[in-house]
Amino acid sequence: MKYYLEFEKPLEELETKIDELKRLSDGKDLDITSEIKKLEKKAKERRSEIFSNLSPWQKTMIARHPDRPYTLDYISLIARDFIELHGDRRFADDPSLVGGFGRIKDVTFMIIGHQKGRGTKERIYRNFGQPHPEGYRKTLRLMKLAERFRRPILTFIDTPGAFPGIGAEERGQAEAIATNLMEMSRLKTPIISVVIGEGGSGGAIALGVADRLYMLEHSVYSVISPEGCAAILWKKSGEIGPEEFSKAAEALRITAYDLLKFKVIDEVIPEPLGGAHRDPAFTAERIAETVMRALEEMKTKTPSKLVDERYRRLRKIGIFEEGVSDTQ
Amino acid sequence: MAWFKKTREQKIDKKVKIPEGLWVKCENCKEIVYKKEIEKNLKVCPKCNYHFRISAMERLDLIVDEGSFVEINPEVTSGDPLGFKDTIPYRDRVKEYQKRSGLREAIITGDALINGYPVVIAVMDFSFHGGSMGSAVGEKIVRAAELAMEKKIPLVTVASSGGARMQEGIFSLMQMAKTSAAIGRLKEAGILYISILSDPTFGGVTASFAMLGDVIIAEPKSLIGFAGQRVIEQTIKQQLPENFQRAEFFLEHGMIDMVVDRKDLKETLGMLIGHLSSAPQ
Repeated sequence: MKYYLEFEKPLEELETKIDELKRLSDGKDLDITSEIKKLEKKAKERRSEIFSNLSPWQKTMIARHPDRPYTLDYISLIARDFIELHGDRRFADDPSLVGGFGRIKDVTFMIIGHQKGRGTKERIYRNFGQPHPEGYRKTLRLMKLAERFRRPILTFIDTPGAFPGIGAEERGQAEAIATNLMEMSRLKTPIISVVIGEGGSGGAIALGVADRLYMLEHSVYSVISPEGCAAILWKKSGEIGPEEFSKAAEALRITAYDLLKFKVIDEVIPEPLGGAHRDPAFTAERIAETVMRALEEMKTKTPSKLVDERYRRLRKIGIFEEGVSDTQ
Repeated sequence: MAWFKKTREQKIDKKVKIPEGLWVKCENCKEIVYKKEIEKNLKVCPKCNYHFRISAMERLDLIVDEGSFVEINPEVTSGDPLGFKDTIPYRDRVKEYQKRSGLREAIITGDALINGYPVVIAVMDFSFHGGSMGSAVGEKIVRAAELAMEKKIPLVTVASSGGARMQEGIFSLMQMAKTSAAIGRLKEAGILYISILSDPTFGGVTASFAMLGDVIIAEPKSLIGFAGQRVIEQTIKQQLPENFQRAEFFLEHGMIDMVVDRKDLKETLGMLIGHLSSAPQ
């Protein structure tokens, strides 16, 4: 069963009909075949109509789509000989973050990412992709391992945020994130990051200090979720719902194209019509191409130049005013 | 003791600033306390030792040598990268805070002496937009770190913040990485960094420069954390333990080095810097 989002409903009927006809037809009945073709054309038109005009809130829904490929899906599509490594050597292993060595087009990468989990049981096991401090400490351990052996690092960002809980606070959620930010800025090996779904605030950026930062076309990256923002701004004035979430999503400028315009990311990686889940292999191939192109650019740089340039990228992010009359 | 004399002087101008009410209710123990008594006590509740929030200027008076502070980058203020508007435009909101607080941003930076030792110091002010970190705050912290590196003197920060400034969207999130990277360079250069956490310190500020101090000090009973208490309660649907996210809780869990009373803060800083500095002035 395909899962349809609210705004995709006009497609559901069409595509269900197509599937039904396909089942009935044996491929020889010309009438049915041409009817299928007609309907498919119509569905494609409807789809591109819907997808060329997505609001930021609708993009958020696609970024959180239950069928959207996750880190381990992309790893299995683009990497060979993947070996997952576990544990932070201090407290626990955090299944909401995964990492290990894998080979993409003959280069061994340390591949790390948030993992949300599919189906109720795995979702709970993965804590819905919301890491605890030990998760971040594991990723740092793995990144340092990669640095020692001069292997490039690829991170996939896809989380609603770091987990807000008692244990997480007790074990230093803030310290774990802060340390990742600081250490990643100094690692003497290339770091490439791709936001593949939800880039949820501090829990996301803790994997996102990179030499090249990309976003999939329908992913989002934000300092706060649209729901959180709406709650802060409008909760006092009554009940909040999709309308307010939509307004907040708009105001926060969270889409890939917004961030490209802000020069916070380097490129937008295109998704197939209807979103990454409609053709995971296609999406994975686009990711692999982009990552290898980025690595090519960085191969010639000395470690100290790499670190220096990474710092300068971060150093210049920010829009502020300086001097009384100076307005930007 | 020098600090005691100084606060007596402070008392006078504070009285002018807050005209209403002779009595205040302590936010922690809910006792009604004579205001003058609190002010005489460095704005610490005499009943329960709760440390009331103080402004950045009051904080500076408390920890730097008198007359030694020279502000840097006062002209760096917020932009409006998103064109953000909620009930009022973000630009107007910032102007409102500037008018109300007399500050231009949620942080003051500069160089100063602490017990004769030169330092670069950055102090946040919660009364300015909840002490939130946007591009201007991030930039000022980075410039302070760079100045400390250049002068080869310690960096001291005092955090008081609700976290990243939502109204600047992704730019405020990026300040977490930017400030943390600057602290990373500072450490590599062998410069001492002391971070003081005051009530409250949360979110993107805790999860960046504030938790990266070589030494981390917190004021008694300060609320410190990553996630806010309401968010945690809603997520785990449990009541939170009694002293949850208080400075003492973080000390117990090994996240900070010490909890220091306001009256002892300057001495403690002086001692720490003394241990690690070769040339006091």
